[in-house]
Amino acid sequence: MHEMSLCESILDILKDQAARDDFSRVRRVRVDIGPLSCVEPEALRFGFDVVMKGSLAEGADLEICRPPAEALCLSCLKTVPVRQRFDTCPECGSEALQVTSGEELKIRELEVV
Amino acid sequence: MCTICGCGEPKQDHGHDQTHAHGHGGTADHIHFGAGDAGTSVPGMSQSRLIQLETDILGKNNAYADRNRARLSGKGILALNLVSSPGSGKTTLLVETLKKLMGTVPVSVVEGDQQTSSDADRIRATGAPAVQINTGKGCHLDAHMVGHALDKLALEEGGIVFIENVGNLVCPAGFDLGEAARVVILSVTEGDDKPLKYPDIFANADLMILNKSDLLPHVDFDVETAIGHARRVNRKIQVLQMSARTGDGLDGWLDWLDGARTMQMAGRKPDLAAE
Repeated sequence: MHEMSLCESILDILKDQAARDDFSRVRRVRVDIGPLSCVEPEALRFGFDVVMKGSLAEGADLEICRPPAEALCLSCLKTVPVRQRFDTCPECGSEALQVTSGEELKIRELEVV
Repeated sequence: MCTICGCGEPKQDHGHDQTHAHGHGGTADHIHFGAGDAGTSVPGMSQSRLIQLETDILGKNNAYADRNRARLSGKGILALNLVSSPGSGKTTLLVETLKKLMGTVPVSVVEGDQQTSSDADRIRATGAPAVQINTGKGCHLDAHMVGHALDKLALEEGGIVFIENVGNLVCPAGFDLGEAARVVILSVTEGDDKPLKYPDIFANADLMILNKSDLLPHVDFDVETAIGHARRVNRKIQVLQMSARTGDGLDGWLDWLDGARTMQMAGRKPDLAAE
């Protein structure tokens, strides 16, 4: 995916939230980027400063958290960690994994003034 | 000046307890400056506060997508998001499909390309209405653009809207357009390892069409390997093989469309995992 347009979406959300929660500057944005989401974190970081320039979040820190990716193994019925979509189950070796988390693309916290 | 609360008293410690007489505004409770991380406060700089959220970054696109979806399913219209690399044969597949469906099923097309209306022109030559979206620098269609395109179409009950996405195996993966089903087209000239190299777009697809099957004798593409890879990233993906150019396998695709359309009209999401 192209992370610049995601940063523009983040800015839209910040503006909406500013009107709702009555703040004028954002100092820090914490996001959850799941390892199985279609996003490259470093590209997001690169686009963030550019897109936030001149806005209420100019100069804000971008904190990127990576929640773990997990899948349910349909063979041994255990919930196991995965790193990519076509991993095999680390417990039983089966390929029958159903992803249960790791696709998040969320804003979790703002530090505002 | 007290650097703790900014009052005029020269002494540092004049007892910052609950009975402190200064009104610093806000509530009746004492507002205690200097309680932040640095343990002090500089006049004129406010303390920050934290706001907890669970806001989906793609929330706006998803809201537009939901609106598109409701609008289409309300009329029993089957909308399909066709994704692939550039040059996989999407437009030829669409042209041949439309020739078969014109006059029997209400059909229309939303075309996405960076520039030109070449593809929309080819579609319109079949008699089917088409709206061309030029994304300019954009590398994928999004639900907002598709919503505007739907405004320009007649959208007849029980019809099919084909959305031909920008040729790109990466970016369209993350953008819900409001479609009922997503179809990924992989041509046999592209290599049978593509589902592993571009997993996101195959993981989100309901159907994979292996196109240009007439060229199989001339390439190293192994069909079973490609299907195996696709099923590894998406256990439920259905597979069809065809040559849009020769027409081989086109009947299987028309049957699939018929089944999907029937279920859409019955008001259910097509259960595309069913064989």
